[in-house]
Amino acid sequence: MEYLQFLIIILFSPLLNGIIKKFKAYVQGRTGPGILQPYYDLIRLFRKDMVVSVVASWIFKATPYIVMTSVIAASMLVPVITLKSPFGIIGDVIALIYILALGRFFMALAGLDTGTAFGGEGSSREMTVAILVEPMMMLSIFTAAISAGSTNITRIAETQSMFYSPSHILALSAFIVAVIAETGRIPVDNPDTHLELTMIHEGMLLEYSGRYLALMEWAHYIKQMLLFTITIDIFFPAGISHSTEIYGLALSSGVYILKMFFMAVSMALIESSRAKMRFFQLPSLLGGAFVLALLSLLMFIMMGGK
Amino acid sequence: MIPENYFFAGILFFLSGAVMSCIVPRKAKNYTYVLSAIGAVSLIISGLYLSAGAQIHILSIPISSTLEFLFQGDALSGFFLTVISILTLSVSIYSIGYTKNIDNKGLMGFLYNLFILSMYAVILSGNIITFLVSWETMSVVSYLLVTFNRDEKSANAGLLYAVMTHIGTAFIIVLFLALYKYTGHMDFSGIRAASAGLPEDLKTLVFIFSIIGFGTKAGIIPFHTWLPMAHPAAPSNISSLMSGVMIKTGIYGFIRISMDVLGHGPEWWGIVIIVIGAVSSVIGVLYALMEHDIKKLLAYHSIENIGIILLGIGSSMMFGSNGMYTLSAIALIAGLYHTLNHAIFKGLLFLGAGSLMHATHTKNMEDMGGLIKSMPYTGLFFLIGSISICALPPFNGFVSEWLTYQALLLGFNAPSITSKIISPLGGAALALTGALAAACFVKVFGISFLGVPRSPHARDAKESSASMIAGMTILALLCLLAGIFPGTVISIISPSAIALTGSNGNISYNGFLSISRTFSSLSPAAIFISMLCTGIAVVVFIVAAGGKRKTVYGDSWDCGMPSLTSRMQYTATAFTKPVRVIFKKIYLPKRELSISYILKPLFVKSMKYSGEITPFIERYLYEPLTIFIRNTAAKAKILQSGNLNLYLGYILITLMLLLIFGI
Repeated sequence: MEYLQFLIIILFSPLLNGIIKKFKAYVQGRTGPGILQPYYDLIRLFRKDMVVSVVASWIFKATPYIVMTSVIAASMLVPVITLKSPFGIIGDVIALIYILALGRFFMALAGLDTGTAFGGEGSSREMTVAILVEPMMMLSIFTAAISAGSTNITRIAETQSMFYSPSHILALSAFIVAVIAETGRIPVDNPDTHLELTMIHEGMLLEYSGRYLALMEWAHYIKQMLLFTITIDIFFPAGISHSTEIYGLALSSGVYILKMFFMAVSMALIESSRAKMRFFQLPSLLGGAFVLALLSLLMFIMMGGK
Repeated sequence: MIPENYFFAGILFFLSGAVMSCIVPRKAKNYTYVLSAIGAVSLIISGLYLSAGAQIHILSIPISSTLEFLFQGDALSGFFLTVISILTLSVSIYSIGYTKNIDNKGLMGFLYNLFILSMYAVILSGNIITFLVSWETMSVVSYLLVTFNRDEKSANAGLLYAVMTHIGTAFIIVLFLALYKYTGHMDFSGIRAASAGLPEDLKTLVFIFSIIGFGTKAGIIPFHTWLPMAHPAAPSNISSLMSGVMIKTGIYGFIRISMDVLGHGPEWWGIVIIVIGAVSSVIGVLYALMEHDIKKLLAYHSIENIGIILLGIGSSMMFGSNGMYTLSAIALIAGLYHTLNHAIFKGLLFLGAGSLMHATHTKNMEDMGGLIKSMPYTGLFFLIGSISICALPPFNGFVSEWLTYQALLLGFNAPSITSKIISPLGGAALALTGALAAACFVKVFGISFLGVPRSPHARDAKESSASMIAGMTILALLCLLAGIFPGTVISIISPSAIALTGSNGNISYNGFLSISRTFSSLSPAAIFISMLCTGIAVVVFIVAAGGKRKTVYGDSWDCGMPSLTSRMQYTATAFTKPVRVIFKKIYLPKRELSISYILKPLFVKSMKYSGEITPFIERYLYEPLTIFIRNTAAKAKILQSGNLNLYLGYILITLMLLLIFGI
């Protein structure tokens, strides 16, 4: 059981996206598609033939597989419903971020591979956002890692000792901004548009079709749920089971579903209440989050590690 | 005796390689590089023996009653010997094919061997005199190699290199003289034994001079200016050696003097090194990102990686001065691990760049493109090098950066508040560096290897010769192996760590790399296996679940406009535009747009756009300095009137002053 908890993320990630979309539609006064719509989309795409550009090299064809591999390998490192995660010791949160970065590296290369301006534009913007997000994300995790004395996620979740101290709240808010940016949500990127001038993530995927597109989309859903799960594990792990007995797991699953629902609702609310920012305004948002993470760390040190 | 035998055999191979180049210059490529490759293998074995411990005495040649040339080795020299030899092996094999079409084959072969021998001499020097002679030989030979392509650009780059490296050497000479004066010893072991009694001020002076002296060779900011000029000017096999290992002799010298000979200094030494490391890594990669000359770009990345190495070494010094020897060893292992990794992947990338230039006759990325189809092997190896340098798993860069992160996070355990704050900030700088490096290598690989060829040369490019590919294959494999089996690499490093810090870092590595004090664990091998299995599972799942579907090939999406051209692709300049805008306070970009009209304002005849960034260290530090020196020199001209009597007068005055004050 504990070996397979990463399957929860892989299987239910499209559902999570469906729920966020549904809730967003509700807030905006629309009916919106059903919460299972992402599954239908994926199945439809898997059944379609593909059109591949003649310019594309093997990088373009390998990328969907590499991206999918990277998000699944990263998911294995994360405790979902029990901390007795056997994969927890093979890699820590730094490894996780760098494995995800491997996927992004190839996605950006694939954007440049077809020789169009859209792909290049998407790659350029994606890497720029990553430049701003990665240090901030690391720094906000550092606070948690230092207080736990470890960068392993299971260990951080086990020894979360800085509950609801000021530094905890600051680090959490910085991390949420990082998650928004990494999942390509408003105000950083708009997941619902293919408008050339604004797209970041979609720009890189423009040339993909059929099962390649399905893989890329699914990988994106998994990455989103994975990042939500890390947020939960690092910043409010209370309620997660420490063992593998059935009763504890059931309780832990319930708590997990509640937290995930809370995350989904918050994301939908943030997305509905904000407008997408101009690309060159992003540094002020992400830079601000960096300062929050920095403050969190300084406060943690000044208060003598509490 | 085994290490000595292999050592002398290896040195003989290099010497005979050099001699062969002189005897049969035209056939040099057939003999010289094969001999140096065999020599390198022999020295790898010797280096591995040496790095396992025990100081050995190699050779001493007395020149007078008090002076001798002394060569000896310990674990640290052994480690650097191994690093240099590994890269030398691959570069030698690569050079067989690479030097086929160059002029002066004999001279190249001769200098090549001499250059490698001089690097060995530097790391094996046992006393001050030997070190300085070897150091100077290395500088002069590398200068000759930088100016090997006899054009104006190389000459200028060579001149700048010669000036900078001699400023560095001047500082090294002063620090050695100071050490000699206060300890009375010429050999490093003697100075080490007497160093405890040195006055604090002198230690600080030696430390600062060693940063400037060795830092100039290593290319730390702000002493880096020569590096992005000189490395690209040399032929690519030489750039590979210069960037991969020659700048590491600066790191070696710094460790030898500031950590080994001086022992533990005050805490601020380590903090200064961490700050220098953080600044060098971020500024280095920022400038790399703006560069379109592929070799210049790689040279800037060397500055970045030296910075990352210094983050590890600085943390090690900081822990050492606080008496936390286990943590000090972890940090030192991180720094040395990155030293090895950088030699491997930067060597690989420079060789790849050499192949690209060989095939496309240009260094400018904007004229490449689509090369992965015409040069599949070079493309694959360059990709592996790029992934490694971006510290992405499962390749080697990731492991050493992971260790560096751990070392920096452990800085929280240091007692002083400054170290507690500076260390995690170093970690944030490392994260920023990693993200910038990833953006940079997406640019390098994406613009030069992917898309549509951007010039006729790129369209007609051919794959490199077999020996060039073989040279790169070795390094690419090592990138993967050093990324999956960190235990083996650490077992080579840990004797040096024990010698320098008194601890092996308690990193247990039976399959896992786990840092003591329950800090963290990582198993690169397990991550690799899980990625491999997942990858296979994904492919199997897609084939099984999706069945067989048709793939149609068509043009890229062109918005309905007919036929995209290669000029409509994203360029390297466009790719980095957002970064240029965001970091404009650092880049100080300038742009010029001149439009000539047929009829203003509607009918434009032609438009000319140019943009450049201002390298602020060159502009605001070196330019005023150069002007100041020139002005001072112009004023000093008054003294140099050319009148013999006046000069005799100077001598008389000097003598009188000496007599008055000297006695």
